Amino acid sequence: MISDIILTTLINGSTYALLAIGFSLIFGVARIVNIAHTAFYMVAAYCIFFGTHRLGMHPVLAMLMALIVVVLLGLICYKLFIEPIREHEAAVLIATIALAMIFQEVMLLIFKGDYRTVPPLVPGYMDLAGVKIGYQQLLTIAAALIILAGVWAFLIKTRLGLAIRSTAQDREVANLMGMNEARVAMLTLAVSVGIAALTGAVVLPLTVLNPHMWMAPLIMMMAVVVLGGLGSLKGSFAGAFILAFSEALVVFLIPKGAFLRESVALSIMILVLLLRPEGLFGVYFEEER
Amino acid sequence: MGLLSYYLRKIFSIVRGEILVLPSRVVVVLFFVTLIAFPVLIDDPYLMRILTLASIFAILTASWDLLSGFTGQMNFGHALFFGVSAYTAALLNLHFKIPPWGTIPLGALAAVLTGLIVGIPCLRLRGTYLALTTLAFPIILMGIVFALPDLTGGELGLSGLERLAKSRMLAYYISVITMGVVVSLMWKITDSNTGIIFHAIREDEVAVRAAGINTTRYKLLAFCLSGFFAGIAGGLYAHYMRITGPSTLEVSMSFQVVIWAVFGGVVTIWGPVGAVFILFPLLEFFRFWPEFRLLLFAFVILMILLYMPEGLLPWIRDKMENECPRCKIRNVATRKTCRICDTSIH
Repeated sequence: MISDIILTTLINGSTYALLAIGFSLIFGVARIVNIAHTAFYMVAAYCIFFGTHRLGMHPVLAMLMALIVVVLLGLICYKLFIEPIREHEAAVLIATIALAMIFQEVMLLIFKGDYRTVPPLVPGYMDLAGVKIGYQQLLTIAAALIILAGVWAFLIKTRLGLAIRSTAQDREVANLMGMNEARVAMLTLAVSVGIAALTGAVVLPLTVLNPHMWMAPLIMMMAVVVLGGLGSLKGSFAGAFILAFSEALVVFLIPKGAFLRESVALSIMILVLLLRPEGLFGVYFEEER
Repeated sequence: MGLLSYYLRKIFSIVRGEILVLPSRVVVVLFFVTLIAFPVLIDDPYLMRILTLASIFAILTASWDLLSGFTGQMNFGHALFFGVSAYTAALLNLHFKIPPWGTIPLGALAAVLTGLIVGIPCLRLRGTYLALTTLAFPIILMGIVFALPDLTGGELGLSGLERLAKSRMLAYYISVITMGVVVSLMWKITDSNTGIIFHAIREDEVAVRAAGINTTRYKLLAFCLSGFFAGIAGGLYAHYMRITGPSTLEVSMSFQVVIWAVFGGVVTIWGPVGAVFILFPLLEFFRFWPEFRLLLFAFVILMILLYMPEGLLPWIRDKMENECPRCKIRNVATRKTCRICDTSIH
């Protein structure tokens, strides 16, 4: 029981953390609330499914293809639909909802609404204190942690990461310092969508594929982002594991807990917000001038 | 007799001087006349059902505009008010046998109470935080609905409610007239002093507070008013469909409301109402190609937003009319001079 809870927490927590970091990056830099973020994750999962099952590609190659396809798709959508209306915040919001709906419907048309699964990269499991732990689960956790570390290093160590962080802090001053704000926003979108695609690739063997799979993580991702504080990487990380842990506790310990899973996680988020309106590690964004 | 002809002449001069001068007003009058005359002219149950549901959703969407458009409190969980009221109406009707004219106002009161409960924690949040937090409330309630299947019917919902009215036509008229009254009421509210304060809170809350206005009270008032009107829509929906299910609380329901409102143009009240009457029948029309239905719907929205980010109806209105630079009165675009102060518009 305890190890089940820990395992579920680790897997869900790292998924949520990856999604939430991508979401809060693009929010921080471009002030875009990207509802379609998890839809990109769904598209990536389908790309891999298509690559391995229809084209017979090697899974790793398929993952690479999915990453490239999704990043390109994200950039095209941004250029065509988001950038022309960026100054109208409400319109951008609806545009991203519409994009998510379009992705869902296109996937429904191509792959139909069937529930599909993908075989694990590494089959087999090991026995740890009486609990079966699949190698794929371990691989997922490890890969997620590596990606998290990679994103962290990218943001802290590289010049582009510095540009992204400074634009998130103050768009106008960053612009004055010679950073091309529009280009930083575009690159951030590419990075954020790329993280979503990698998340899809990593958790794909553990989940069931269907065109509606973007809804559930969307809600949890938003809860994580709000709980941890918008635009804070540390916050997204902590928030993801807090919510994943509470979810796992509810599912395993309370009868009928699966129904209350989201309710409890979201109630925790609201309670935290009552005490700290800017989230756990949130920085108050200064009013836009 | 003289009195009657006096009033007739007065009505005639109002129609000529106030309504016929502006195409947007003519459209509004024609819209309501068509709605009232529709069942008399065409007795088609399917079209009547679409228009009834469109009226109900028009109330819901306009109430979202009152809260989120005017006061700027982005609410992503508007389905909460709708669902609470629908469930309250259903429970009261099934267990206490209260007829619809009693359950709908009681459901709306329950929604007002929800508005207070939700509004108090939300007062401390702003912008995106508020939007994402409000998204959580209907989902929390949905979890509770699923966890208590004995009371709420779980996934299947509560069915077998009393009909809204004996005949289909009566139900149509009840919905349409309620829509007309409620929407005009909301429009009047946004035009009053309170509405101006709502506007000001959206533009600059600190400045409003500095002017000595208790913004907390007005924000709560906005939550309660919006909850009340959304609650009326929820009760009507429950009794018209005769079933209340978890679908009234779904995320897609909340998103749908936001889509309608932004598509029609926020901060207008009439924009969202018009948008529902355009988009709801459009979605039904796309039923001819069932597999492309939502895809086409999303695509239409994306395209319209790309060219008219302010919303469809304000864009059309600005094409037909323009504002006099001196007295700020609207004129038909074809006029060379203002109809009130005679300044040149061009």
